[in-house]
Parts: sequence; C-alpha cells; structure tokens
Amino acid sequence: MPTQPLLQVEDLKTYYPIKGGVLKRTKSHVKAVNEVSLEIYEGETLGVVGESGCGKSTLGRTILGLESKSGGSIQFKGNDIGSLTERQLKKYKKDMQMIFQDPFASLNPRQKIGKALEEVFVIHTTMSKKERKQRVLELLSEVGLNKEHYDRYPHEFSGGQRQRIGIARAMALNPSLVVCDEAVSALDVSVQAQIIKLLKELQAKHQLTYVFISHDLGVVRHISDRVLVMYLGTTVELGTTEQIFKNPQHPYTKALLSSIPRPIPGRKRERIKLEGDLPSASNYPTGCPFHTRCPVATEACREAKPEWREVEEGHYVACHLV
Amino acid sequence: MGNLLEVNDLTIKFRTAKATSTAVRNVSFSLEAGETLCIVGESGSGKSITSLSLMGLLPENGEVSNGSIRLNGEELVGKTEEELRKIRGNEISMIFQEPMTALNPVFTVGYQIQEPLRIHKRMSKQEATVKSVELLKQVGIPNPKEKIHQYPHELSGGMRQRVMIAMALACEPSLLIADEPTTALDVTIQAQILDIMDDLKEEFGMGVVFVTHDMGVVAEIADRVMVMYAGDVIEVNDVQTLFEDPKHPYTKGLLGAVPNVDDETQEMKVIPGSMPSMEDDIPGCRFHPRCPMAMDICKEKKPALIDVGKENAAVRCWLQEVDTNADTTIAASGGFENVLSD
Repeated sequence: MPTQPLLQVEDLKTYYPIKGGVLKRTKSHVKAVNEVSLEIYEGETLGVVGESGCGKSTLGRTILGLESKSGGSIQFKGNDIGSLTERQLKKYKKDMQMIFQDPFASLNPRQKIGKALEEVFVIHTTMSKKERKQRVLELLSEVGLNKEHYDRYPHEFSGGQRQRIGIARAMALNPSLVVCDEAVSALDVSVQAQIIKLLKELQAKHQLTYVFISHDLGVVRHISDRVLVMYLGTTVELGTTEQIFKNPQHPYTKALLSSIPRPIPGRKRERIKLEGDLPSASNYPTGCPFHTRCPVATEACREAKPEWREVEEGHYVACHLV
Repeated sequence: MGNLLEVNDLTIKFRTAKATSTAVRNVSFSLEAGETLCIVGESGSGKSITSLSLMGLLPENGEVSNGSIRLNGEELVGKTEEELRKIRGNEISMIFQEPMTALNPVFTVGYQIQEPLRIHKRMSKQEATVKSVELLKQVGIPNPKEKIHQYPHELSGGMRQRVMIAMALACEPSLLIADEPTTALDVTIQAQILDIMDDLKEEFGMGVVFVTHDMGVVAEIADRVMVMYAGDVIEVNDVQTLFEDPKHPYTKGLLGAVPNVDDETQEMKVIPGSMPSMEDDIPGCRFHPRCPMAMDICKEKKPALIDVGKENAAVRCWLQEVDTNADTTIAASGGFENVLSD
C-alpha cells in the first residue's frame, strides 16, 4: 500500500444550524459530519459506507469544499485548504473532482454534450477552441463514447452513457482525487459492472485516488482498498477491505454486513436484527451514537462516547466493547 | 385445485406520438396460493408494466392488446373501471417502491388504512379503527394507537413502507403485487421489511408477485423466478435451479454482474451494451446484440420459450433448441468478459 497521504482530514465537523423562535436564533445543530479524522493515500480507493443520513455524502462534499466546514482541518498535498476562500480554492479544485449519482441533473438539456464538456476548459485553461474540441473528443473516446456523441443532447443518452459523460467531465482536468458519490447506484447491474470496469481502468491509467461513497457493500468490496463505515455523522470503523469484511469489529458493521441479502437461495442466514430506525441527526443520542439500536449496548455506551482506537494495524474502531 | 392467477399470452402495447410499440410480448405465467413469484429484470424489461397490468393500472396510453389475466378463474382483461375498483385493494393489492408518493399527504395514516376496510368490507368507523391498529401492530409499528393519527411525512421511510403493507393487507387479499418495495430502503430496514412480508405471507396464505432487480432479494424470498428482457420472458425456473444452473446467457450475465459481498476474488462479469428501448425493432432474439454466444440463427429468428425438463421451467434461447444438452457447452461464465481483465 502507498504510504504518502494525499489528503488528511482532522477532527472535521460539518454542522447545519436549526433556527427557530421569533428571532430565528440558532437553537441547535444537525451534526452531519461530527469529528471525523482520516487519511487518504495516493492511488488508493477508500470506500465510504453507511445508511442514508449517516453523513457519507456530506463528508465527500466537505472535502471538496462544496459544503463549508464548521471545524477541523483539511490538508490536501500538504496544504491546508479548509480555510481558503473560494478564489484561492480554485487552483485546488482542478485537482479534486466529483462524480455524482445522476449526471443528467447537472447537464443543461439544451446544450450539446461536447459544448458542456468544453466549458471545463474555458474556465480552467487557456486552450483555443480547436484544442478544446480535440481534448473533448479524446475524453469521449477514453470513457467509451465516440465522436458522434459530441453533437448530441443529454436526453439522447442512456443511464450508463450519462454516467460516462459524468466521468469524462470529472477526468477532464487530470485530477488526482475523485470523489464518487453513489456513482453506480442508479444503474442497472449489467451497466453498473461496465462503469466499475471503466473506473478501474481510469484509475490504473492515471494513478487516481478515489473516495468511493456508496450504500452498496458488494460494490464497495470490489472496488476499495480500504473501507470507512459511518453512522450518524461519525466514523465507527475503518480498515482494509479484508479487515472490514472478514473481521468486522463494530456491532454496526456486523449488523450491516449481515443485512445484505445474498444471492444464494435456500440459505437461512443468521441475521443480526437492528430494531428501529436511524435516529435523526438533530436529536443526537448521548454517549455512543449507535447505542439506541445496538444489540449489545451497556450502561457505559449510554454515557460516554467511545474513543477512536487502533485495534490492529490500520484497523480503527469506535466501540467500548472492542 | 386451480391456480390463483393465470396469465396467458399477455401482450401490452403503448401508443406514442410516433407509433405503437410493444412493451410486453406474449407473457404467460401462473401462481398458486401461498407462492412467491419474482419477476426479475433491468429497467426497460417490462417487469413493472406486467405487474401494473395485473391491477388494471396501465398508464393512459397503454393497453392489453392480447391475452388474458385470470384471478381465481375470473377474467380481468376487459373489465370496466367500476368492476376493477371492487377487486383492487380487496382481492388484489399492490405495494409500490416509493411509499411517499403512494400515500396521500393530507390524510392520516389511520384514515388511509381504514378506507379500504370501510369501502370493501363495509365496516363501521369503530370497527375499522380497531382493525387498523391491529394491522399496524402486525407490521411491527410501535405505538400503533398513536401512529394512526400521524401523517405520512411524520414517518420514516421504513415506517411508511410498513403503513403501505398494512394498507395492502387490510382486506386480506388473495394476491399481493409488490413492485420493488424495498429498493428505496437502507439494507437494515430492507431486512426488517422482507421479514415482515415473509411472516405475513405465511399467515394470510397469499400469492405474491414480487418485482425486483436485486438478485439478493430474489434469492431470499422467491419460490419461482421469471426473468424478463426487453419485454420478453427469457427464462422461468424455481429459485434454486435458476441460481445454480441458469440456462440463458442473459441470466448468467445478470448473476455474474452482481458483486458478491462474501467473495472478493469473484470475477464480476460485464454485459456489453445496454437494454434496447421498446421502440427498437430487433430481428431475431432481442438479446442477440449483447450476447457473447450469438449465432447466425439468433439474428434472424426469434427463439420460442421451450420447456427444460420439468413443469414451469422454460428458456427462450436457440442454444437450448439446437441441442437440449447445450447448457453444458455454454461456458459457466456465459462467455462474458470480466471486470478485471488484466
């Protein structure tokens, strides 16, 4: 595994205020990302998993500066980028890109795909019109589309092709870090496999670092080197893919893994049942955030928040019982 | 005993501004009471349209142009809206993917569960209230007495789906149609809902038609599986055989494309291309442009759905027709390329 951290996040917090009363004073906060610390190494794929509302997308967006952080620091290639202004951030933005779940939502329906992709170069480079077109054609072929697609409109593309466009846009400026937020979740399985293949090929070719945010643990297992499990804005477990899937330590990770329906009929599984729903992030439980649903919670879990500890090399867990 | 549901030669057409296109072609299947049939396919396969047609809920521009749907021997195709309304929610119920759009935001959940009871069973308000509390308890909602006074937006996604199930089961239907009921839910909640559905199926002895694209869910709940591709049924079998010995190259590809959580060494398969739209006129087998095993005949003539050995098991593929032992000659992989092809 590579050892140089490309991105270092320390004690990161993203809070949203809840305003109320006549004077619209801030009453409390939604703690979307709460005290997250992690390092992302060059060339690796870090999978981030958790249920909806666990803060995995907010974490990705905060790293890229799309959400402003409320505390903590973000270091990218050794530079503190967390406190930069929008203008100062622009040169780093080239280096950090994002692939969204539905690229169609971010494409102008009246603009041809070629023109939409060229916009990236208008903003970030001084290329001539001819050079831009040349580069866009190269990009299209790199993501498995062809010349004819340059003059087409977004609605003429299928779901898989749209995701290829989203990938082309993200790859346009040769970034080093790409955050994939549920990048394959909306696709049918046969198309999903094609996109995973493309992402892997591009990573090998351009030495990309991926933060792969997904709720699909099967996909995460296949694409990730390391996996981070989040629950209610906090990190509950981090380890290599092998450690997380073969030797999960946190009760939440275990329950999550046992809940996935396996494509093997007739096998009655030992499922760890979680009662109830995810508590809302505005009504944050005291102590361990998972204690309200944890099958093995004790008195200590209700009172104190567990520490983020290294239990074996590179394997971190936040649980009193581990 | 006859089958609960008999669908024969069902063809569904859609009128669009340009032309009429066929969304579902000659689909036949049957379902016994207490049985769960999964209809599997990707978007555009016609699986949801098939399930909607059972309820008589096709969109305005769609119609059943051929075939029959019989519930307990009674023909449903051609019934008037009025007649269908007496059956819907009573003998057949449906659960949808997104409960927030299927529930009415301006009525309490209690009111919405009581509605079918009052209309179909002619219960009094009091009886219906008692029954609705009982139903909410059955689907595992805590404090059902308070919950009946809440509105859909006050509930979480998992709770809303439970309310939908309670509503669907209110009149103890003999047939339940579930269209991707757990797709929008998180896995831990999905596990809870699947358990509830399984328990209730046992209790009520319903037949269930379950539409999904998730092979994991299929393995968990199906008795039999019907795989659809671009409007055609391409393979039918019991769940065990379908997973262990899939016959159609598409079924093989589909099973191979699902990433397995338990096995990181699994080689994920890639099916090239994408699902054709229903307007596309493809000669021969509709899968042949994407099929790694395609032969000349596949491009010219459409294969028939032929039986493979036992009752209720069939496959639509020339490889089967040419040689009934052909499955041994098709590579176990179905001939698809791996994701990791280095």
